[in-house]
Amino acid sequence: MQLTFEINNQSHTVEVPEDMPLLWVIRDVLRLKGTKFGCGQAMCGACTVQVDGDAIRSCSYAAKFAQGKKVTTIEALANEEKLHPVQQAWLDERVPQCGYCQPGFIMATKSLLEKIPNPSEDEINDNITNICRCGTYHRMRKAIHRAVELQQKSKL
Amino acid sequence: MNRRKFIIRATVGVGVTVGLGWLAKAPMRRALAKFADEVQGEYSGSEKAEVWFELTPQGELVLYSPKVEMGQGVLQAIAQLAAEELEIDWQKIIVKHASSAHGPLDSMSTGGSLSVSGLYNPLRTLAATFREMMRENAATLMNVSPDLVTFQNNSFVSGDQTITLAKLATQSKTWKKPKKEPKLKTRAQFKVIGKDLLRFDLLPKIKGEPMFGIDAAFPDMLYGSVVLPPVKDATFKSASAGSAASLPGVVKVVIEKNFAGVVATSRFAAEEAKKQIDVQWQMPEKLIQQTDLEALVKVGNGNPVSIQKEGNASGELKEGEIISAEFFSPFGVHAHIEPNGAVADYRTDGVTIRMSTQVVRITRDEVADALGLDKEKVNIEPMYLGGGFGRRLHTPHAIAAALLSKAVGKPVHMFWNRVEEFQNGFLRPATHNTLKAKLNKEGKIESIEHNTSSGDVAFTSPLFPKALYSLAGADFGAWRGAMVQYNIPNISTVSWRVQLPIETSWWRGLGLLANTFALESFIDDLASRANKDALAFRLQHLDDSERSMRMKNVLQAACTKAGWGKSLPDGHALGLACSVDVNTPVAHVAEVRIIENEIRVVRITCAIDPGLIVNPDGVRAQCEGAIVMSLSATLFEEVTIKDGKVTPNRLGYYAIAQLKDTPEIDVVLLSTGDSPRGVGEPPMGPTAAAIGNAVKKLTGTRLNRLPLKVLGQ
Repeated sequence: MQLTFEINNQSHTVEVPEDMPLLWVIRDVLRLKGTKFGCGQAMCGACTVQVDGDAIRSCSYAAKFAQGKKVTTIEALANEEKLHPVQQAWLDERVPQCGYCQPGFIMATKSLLEKIPNPSEDEINDNITNICRCGTYHRMRKAIHRAVELQQKSKL
Repeated sequence: MNRRKFIIRATVGVGVTVGLGWLAKAPMRRALAKFADEVQGEYSGSEKAEVWFELTPQGELVLYSPKVEMGQGVLQAIAQLAAEELEIDWQKIIVKHASSAHGPLDSMSTGGSLSVSGLYNPLRTLAATFREMMRENAATLMNVSPDLVTFQNNSFVSGDQTITLAKLATQSKTWKKPKKEPKLKTRAQFKVIGKDLLRFDLLPKIKGEPMFGIDAAFPDMLYGSVVLPPVKDATFKSASAGSAASLPGVVKVVIEKNFAGVVATSRFAAEEAKKQIDVQWQMPEKLIQQTDLEALVKVGNGNPVSIQKEGNASGELKEGEIISAEFFSPFGVHAHIEPNGAVADYRTDGVTIRMSTQVVRITRDEVADALGLDKEKVNIEPMYLGGGFGRRLHTPHAIAAALLSKAVGKPVHMFWNRVEEFQNGFLRPATHNTLKAKLNKEGKIESIEHNTSSGDVAFTSPLFPKALYSLAGADFGAWRGAMVQYNIPNISTVSWRVQLPIETSWWRGLGLLANTFALESFIDDLASRANKDALAFRLQHLDDSERSMRMKNVLQAACTKAGWGKSLPDGHALGLACSVDVNTPVAHVAEVRIIENEIRVVRITCAIDPGLIVNPDGVRAQCEGAIVMSLSATLFEEVTIKDGKVTPNRLGYYAIAQLKDTPEIDVVLLSTGDSPRGVGEPPMGPTAAAIGNAVKKLTGTRLNRLPLKVLGQ
């Protein structure tokens, strides 16, 4: 099919099978490698991107559903001068170890904070369900709270 | 270190290389003992000159790392080690993974918590030597004595003359061994080692930059996929392309001697086409079942080897009031999030492979062997690993990627899917431990006997040649953590090897978690029997030797920080456990509560003494990670084998600790001695026992099976 969608504020039209997971359109057709393949079963969240603002697991999201939509990946978060507040919080708390799952967590957190700017512990636990095998969760929780602070500050 | 051990090579115009010919090979026993508890790692790289440092004409200083980055922070640590002696701003040092063609090539692996301890002396020595070489060349260029040359702001300075690194690289005519043998700094002189510097690889990781094996690419790259066996023990007989060849995007169906696969223009097309390839399998006579394996993993089965003997435990434990217990742990998977695979570019003059591997040399040798190439014709370029945990000590998928590339004459990107990862992994072996002990009148342990049974860990691994099995005696991977660390008159520890019909192997910490779970749960039960506090009881069984003192110190530090003995909220309890691994003692205190029959870990307080610390935050991160991974194994993880299939075979169904399961974690760092010891695995040890000991306080019941489940769950 001819898939026309916006990715990171740029419009693209690509010829892909309609059932091809969006993940492979992003990684292998558009060559944006920050979105990761982990399980292909929507279980680990390494492939999390935003589609029209919602966090989705792109390994299990057929390309055809992205038609006409706005997709945001990790590559769009930082600009030349500045990291996104979630990324900045991640750096401040020194979260990553191997780092492979981190873009997925950062995208899931960005989406959460856009919907719930100051989430409770339960809201964090219920919404951030990705898997990090290095076990960096302890620092992630701190980073999520720090990102909340950074976003509040930037709004003042 | 003796000067003649250095071999120095120079290249013309491009910069400089330094190589280290390693000391005479350690006696075999010592080499083996590297893996054991008592001896810290020592780097035993190649004996030929290899390029460690390169000074580029642009004035960049490149350090080629024989160790790979899999999250443990090793590249940052070695940047700090090198910068300390080079006296160059550490951020000016560019650390790159050494490819197998470039070197230095590690003779073993990245693993075993040995990287920093092993490189500590050789790398600082190399760096100091290189610094003196640069200083002497700068002196020559400035026509002054080297004694008058100092290094300031990343340039060599003498009076009003300045030589930048770029100038040094381009204007030096020759590079020679330094006339002056460099002295290494003492611990008191360190300015970079011991600093909490921000790891240089975190920013690119946070930005999602392409740095992992699966991100690797070559121009004109195609995507491959291979058909893997449907059940354990099935072997490839033959295959026909079926309808796969005519599917959209398919470039070629590849049928080799021992596998079939497909190459296509996208991964999606390759995966879809693979389903249509018709493979004939030689199925095993009987499909493997969990009950068969459980019957095998039993103390008393297979081959016993004594690994620790003091006094006469077996004699003493024949009569009297004997306390006994047994413990079990299940099979587990690594569940590294980046699947295994490789990107291979096969050309007539050789093959280049980019991938995640913990064993660059073995991967190279296996590919060379399988493809009938000289080793020099195979270049492995290690990428950042999306998790290691021991799984990437086995890399036969590199061969498949190379053969697919050869078959189509183009680079091929070939990675497994998650179901294939579960089914074709090398499992953490199930274990069975039995313990017996007797207390004396004062309530001290008089005799203790520990038997461990496990599938293979080190044995059958390509890292550990068969010829060394008899020399090693028992599988040091399986018995890691099994030795009794307390001062007890009669001790016997025996490791029973059973060879299972499925592949088992290295998993972070090897036997450490299961063996410590058994031993330290039992020690708590003995303390209860003696009516002693768990901390006081342990301290009573540790003497004043340096080794015991370090253990006492971590026990006390963890308990002090955790508030051992103080009152807790209703329904909370503390559990204590300790272990020593690669000569690093660790103690954990777990604060646990039980909500609706579910074990919830509120906090884990860890104290660790890894000797000299290169980057404290790196050590803390490794402790936190190891605690979460071992907590996950303690509470959730288990696979079984049904009809030759690993079940479950998806993440989620194979439960792994998530954010919601993660406790507060406090890490207390102690630092005894002048050299670093291992960090990545030791904190795996005490977690299960500490949690189980707290659960026993809450319920009165000893749980003896991982994952821990309270009744009704």
